[in-house]
Amino acid sequence: MSDLIQIAQETILAPVGLVEQDLDRMLGELTGSGVDAADLYFQSSRLESWVLEDGIIKEGAHTIEQGAGIRVISGEKTGFAYSDELQLPTLQEAARAARAITRSGAVQSVRIAGMPMPKQLYAPINPLPSLSEIEKIDLLRRVDNEARQQDSRVKQVIVSLVGAHDVVLVAAIDGTLNADIRPLIRLNVHVIVEQGSRREQGSSGGGARENFDYFLHEARALGYAREAVRQALVNLEAVDAPAGAMPVVLGPGWPGVLLHEAVGHGLEGDFNRKGTSAFSGRMGEQVAATCCTVVDDGTLPGRRGSLNIDDEGTLSQNTVLIENGILKGYMQDKHNARLMKVDSTGNGRRESYAHLPMPRMTNTYMLPGEQVPEEIIASVDKGLYAVNFGGGQVDITSGRFVFSASEAYLIENGKVTRPVKGATLIGNGPEAMTKVSMVGNDLKLDAGVGVCGKEGQSVPVGVGQPTLKVDELIVGGTEQ
Amino acid sequence: MEKRKAELQQLVKDLLGEAKRQGASAAEAAVSSDAGLSLTVRLGETETIEHTRDNGLGVTVYFGQRKGSASTSDLSPQAIKETVEAACNFARYTSEDPCSGLADANLMATDLPDLQLYHPWKQSVEQAIDLAIGCETAARELDPRIINAEGATLNSHNGLQVYGNTHGFMGGYPSSMHSLSCAVVGKQDDSMQRDYWYTLSRQGDQLESPEHVGEVAAQRTIARLKARQIPTQQAPVVFQADVAVGLLRSFIGAIRGSALYRKASFLLDHLGKPVFPEFVDIHEEPHLPMGLASASYDNEGVATQRRNFIRNGVLESYVLDSYAARKLAMQTTGNAGGVRNLRINSGGLDREGLLKKMDRGLLVTELMGQGVNMVTGDYSRGVVGFWVEGGVVQYPVEEITIAGNLRDMMLGLQEVGTDLETRSSVQTGSWLIDKMMIAGE
Repeated sequence: MSDLIQIAQETILAPVGLVEQDLDRMLGELTGSGVDAADLYFQSSRLESWVLEDGIIKEGAHTIEQGAGIRVISGEKTGFAYSDELQLPTLQEAARAARAITRSGAVQSVRIAGMPMPKQLYAPINPLPSLSEIEKIDLLRRVDNEARQQDSRVKQVIVSLVGAHDVVLVAAIDGTLNADIRPLIRLNVHVIVEQGSRREQGSSGGGARENFDYFLHEARALGYAREAVRQALVNLEAVDAPAGAMPVVLGPGWPGVLLHEAVGHGLEGDFNRKGTSAFSGRMGEQVAATCCTVVDDGTLPGRRGSLNIDDEGTLSQNTVLIENGILKGYMQDKHNARLMKVDSTGNGRRESYAHLPMPRMTNTYMLPGEQVPEEIIASVDKGLYAVNFGGGQVDITSGRFVFSASEAYLIENGKVTRPVKGATLIGNGPEAMTKVSMVGNDLKLDAGVGVCGKEGQSVPVGVGQPTLKVDELIVGGTEQ
Repeated sequence: MEKRKAELQQLVKDLLGEAKRQGASAAEAAVSSDAGLSLTVRLGETETIEHTRDNGLGVTVYFGQRKGSASTSDLSPQAIKETVEAACNFARYTSEDPCSGLADANLMATDLPDLQLYHPWKQSVEQAIDLAIGCETAARELDPRIINAEGATLNSHNGLQVYGNTHGFMGGYPSSMHSLSCAVVGKQDDSMQRDYWYTLSRQGDQLESPEHVGEVAAQRTIARLKARQIPTQQAPVVFQADVAVGLLRSFIGAIRGSALYRKASFLLDHLGKPVFPEFVDIHEEPHLPMGLASASYDNEGVATQRRNFIRNGVLESYVLDSYAARKLAMQTTGNAGGVRNLRINSGGLDREGLLKKMDRGLLVTELMGQGVNMVTGDYSRGVVGFWVEGGVVQYPVEEITIAGNLRDMMLGLQEVGTDLETRSSVQTGSWLIDKMMIAGE
């Protein structure tokens, strides 16, 4: 049995007097004819957050989230119930509710067994006590100070620090018994600058599956402060963005949100099993330019979107989604994989014990190409160079997606010229990807602040890409 | 429910007492307990049945002007103890903040009328499944171009909210919310589109009929097929009522205290100034019986009341809780937790009337993305909708954007339709706006 399983059992089960045999017995009660799969998901999380605003430590908050989710699957039917009380009678009641999805069946015996964990992508640490309260406050103050020192036009600085210690234990009637301990930290800086009557904002931040001292290394946190101010000051100079179809060069790193929206969601197994995705039934077809290879990789050490195991106990993987423009793979959880007769790719994720797992991205990025970024910009006569983005959104069925630039520049005669105001870019996933004409050699992953929402569930994710050029996207500015 | 309410109120009382014992000079706590059923059918078969049971407890303690907060989903005595301790511990490290603290004691609600928010929907899981299947079937059978479905989802939730603070205020009320939604996929040639419809009410028997929900979902989906792009141009725009709700929310976001004291609003220093044309009135009605956002007290126990935000186009009031009010040297408006049943007055035209008045322009039926900058008011969103000429819908459009500035859009409001969107705590008819920039091919 792995250490993680033992720690998870001690953290979650032992305090309420549950032992591994209780899980065997509960799973046994979930089996029977007509039941294809069933699992128990135990979770115990502690989260803490600090907010500095107006130069003072304004908020400190602590959150406990603890409970168990019980799922029973029969064919395409899923029964689900959960409880925040971890007492055996309450869990059995929840199990009966979930089990009601199928009415027949006799109790069978289940023996769960721990599986070997090949390597840990992050240490099984609790980041919350990794800095003392005094040190956390000091960190926030230094970030605030760094931001204000950059420029006298900085009028407001909000710094937030969040850490989570998440312990999960999964047991399933297929014999799965697995656990994970997931640290997650994040620091964000938001600034408002003022010049005359004009005000603009800028924000930056980062995070990882690490201890809080991650932010002290290489003065990372202070770097976020400088970056937030730099963005805000650029925006003070921004002129109206252009409107219409034009070539767009996307900077490296966070602009990879393009891939997340344009192809990522459309390649999640549930939409493709149901045939509701613009990519449905297109496996093996050319869906992007040949310079595009896109992967979803949950195995990058320490990354925000990385997972030792997914929330169904499956080891996370590096899954090739698009290779040289050809559609190669979907992201799967166990349920959709079984119905599509393939294997899970370790993408079964859930926001918490109170939510059903579904196929979700981990870290989604495009592999680097040959071109140097300067060459790519120089190839554009008149277009947009977008380097920072807010969020995005996609309509899976039509393939239409948007993402909103928060820092962008005009490209005129092959040169980056003036900054322009934020604008929404819109395109159609399968179409836009065929219009990618140049891919840079400067692959970068984002700094670790991504949150992906799907059907009301939020999970941490990563994105990345090298500089790339899309020959035509619609830029939603105001200047004709 | 009365017994459960008494239990939760006792829990809050004990917790406030414990906070005091640990040295807090003041404290407030909120507990919620919600149980429900959420089920989805797809292609005529049950897909998921979820039995939900959510508990939550949040406590904020004040040690003089210093504040600490904590929350838990686990209501076991041990977790509650850990939560109070954590909140008190945080208050040792946060800063003295002259604006922090409970709302003033003399503002606490004393009249707590029954606003008729609790209407449990007595139906078995089997009946609920039949209802959802009826809804989805109506959608799938409407037109042969409906080739697939995401399904129909029925949600039925009953909850209990309790709030108390060390002024001695203690409130609590049960409430219910029920909804039915349907999403289907249509296809014509190589154009595939999805759309949905839903109905929402505190009372199960006030929902639109399942067949109606299904039919509207299918009609909306069919109407989108074979959507085209249009050229980049400036044109007037009608925001259909369900998306106009978002514009009204953006306005409210800009007059919210937290945005104002942070200088993060495009409506800074606009109190007493015109921000809409003269015909516009916007008010909230927190005591509406069965209202989706009704409450007799806000999230700090402050009595709520009918309030005008805009009268004759002029900004009359901000949206404040006690903290933001103190930051701005003003009085709380009883809006901790937001606005409650907000309404903008309508003119005399329905949606079709607005299209006639617009004559030539864009009807927006869906907005995509988060391209709203609350600091500057800059607005740039992806759009799905219809091109209108001669006051009549011509064809569906997609993969275009609209852009402008919210301040100009609000002042450029020509008329609000009578086609009220009632499924939201913020209610409006469709908006006709004089001009926006459309980016397309």
